[in-house]
Amino acid sequence: MVKPMPDANRRYQCPGCGYTYDELLGDDHEGYPPGFLFADLPDDFVCPDCAVRYKEDFNFALTP
Amino acid sequence: MTTYRIDTVDQGTVTYTDQKRWWWLLSLVNPLIPLFGIVGHWLTGSELWLLVPLGMMFIMGPAFDWLFGEDENNPPEILVPQLEQDTYYRWLTYLTVPVHYITFLAVAIWVGTHSLTWWGFIALTVALGFADGFAINTGHELGHKRTKIETWLAKIVLAVPAYGHFWIEHNRGHHRDVATPDDPASARMGESIYQFARREIPGAFHRAWMLEHERLCRKGVPVWSIHNEVLQSYMITVILQVGLIATFGWIMLPFLIIHNFFSWWVLTSANYIEHYGLLRAQQADGKYERCQPHHSWNANHKYSNLLLFHLQRHSDHHANPTRRYQSLRDFPDLPSLPSGYYGMYVVAYLPALWFKLMDSRLLALPHIKGDLRKVNINPDSLAAIQAKYGQADA
Repeated sequence: MVKPMPDANRRYQCPGCGYTYDELLGDDHEGYPPGFLFADLPDDFVCPDCAVRYKEDFNFALTP
Repeated sequence: MTTYRIDTVDQGTVTYTDQKRWWWLLSLVNPLIPLFGIVGHWLTGSELWLLVPLGMMFIMGPAFDWLFGEDENNPPEILVPQLEQDTYYRWLTYLTVPVHYITFLAVAIWVGTHSLTWWGFIALTVALGFADGFAINTGHELGHKRTKIETWLAKIVLAVPAYGHFWIEHNRGHHRDVATPDDPASARMGESIYQFARREIPGAFHRAWMLEHERLCRKGVPVWSIHNEVLQSYMITVILQVGLIATFGWIMLPFLIIHNFFSWWVLTSANYIEHYGLLRAQQADGKYERCQPHHSWNANHKYSNLLLFHLQRHSDHHANPTRRYQSLRDFPDLPSLPSGYYGMYVVAYLPALWFKLMDSRLLALPHIKGDLRKVNINPDSLAAIQAKYGQADA
C-alpha cells in the first residue's frame, strides 16, 4: 500500500528527553505509520518516552 | 573509585566522584531481606526469626535513615551524561531482577515445605510481599529506560508482584497526569491511605488498559493478543503462580493472595506519599502546567535511597523521567519529607498522625503559603479542611 509521504524528512524533538518523531519513519510502537504527519498527531499527544512534554512543546528540525 | 571529569570554558575542569558507587550494591541486598528470616529459622529452628525481615524494613530502615542522615552527594548537571554512560550502574538494575525471582521462589518453597504457625506464615508472607513491592521499584527504574533489554526486564520483574500493567500506567499515565485531580496515583489532601488505595489500585489498572487499548487500536492489532504489553507480563505471572499452586498445593493460594496484595500495597504507599496534596495549576486551554520540582515530595536520606535506586529524589525524576538513578539530583527548597519512605509508610498507615504531620507541612510550602486553591484536596474533606484552616470558598 502506498502511504502519502511528507514533502521533506521533518523531525520533531522532545525538549525534555530528546525523543524524536520523524515523519518519514512514523513510530511503529505507538501505531503511527511511516509518513504520518506530526500535525496529524492527536492534540493530546504527549512524548511517548517521558510523557511530561506535550505536542506543542516539541521543537521542529529539518533533517540535515 | 571512578572520577568523572569535563573541561569547560567558564568553570574550568569539573569533576565528580560518586562516593556511593559501591554502596549501590545494597540495592541487590534489599530484595534478599526475607531470606534473613528463613536462614535464621533454618539455623535455630525458631520461627521468631520470621519476624526479622519486617523489623529490618520498618524498624531498621527508619533508624538507619535517622542515623546516616541526608546525602551530600550530588552530581553536577554537566557530568550527568557521563554518569548515564557508565554501565556498572545499569548492571545492578539488571541483576536485581533474578534476585527478586530467587527470593520469591525460595520463600514459596519454604512455605510450601514447612508447616509454619499461622503467625510465622503471615509474617514471612507479608515480608515477601513488601520485598516484592520493591520489585515494582526495580521495574520502575527499568521501565523508564528506552532500550529493549530494559523494557523487557521491567515486564519480567513486574510479573513477580503480579503488577504487569504498572510500567504503562506509570510512564504514560501517572507522569502525564501527576499532581492533578485526574491522577488516581496522586493522593489528595484529607484523603487517608485507605481511601486512596480504593481509588488508586482500580484506577491504575483502568488507565493502563485504556492506554494500551488505544495504542493497539492505532496499530490495528487485537487487544487480546501477544502484542498487548500488559498481558505479556501477566502471562509470566500466571505461569509462575499457577506453577506454584500445582507444585505445593492449596497452601499457595493464601500465600499468593497475601503476597500480591502487600506488593501492591507498597506501591500504593509510595504513590500516597510522593505527591500528597500537591497540585499543578490549570492553564487557560484546560491543560495543566508542566510538572515542576515542587510537585513531588522528596526524601534525601542516604540509606533508603540506596535501597530504592534514588526513588526518593522524586522531583528530579519527574522533571527528567528517563534519567538513570545514579544521576538523579537533589535541589534546595524542594518539598521534603521528614523521614525516608520506610518511616513515612508507617506514618501513612496511621492517618491521624499523617494528617497532623503533613497537612501543615503541605500548606507551609513556599508556592502554596496556605492558599487552599493551590492544593489538591479530597472533595469529601473540603468543607472540613476549609473550616480548620480558616479560608473562604475558593
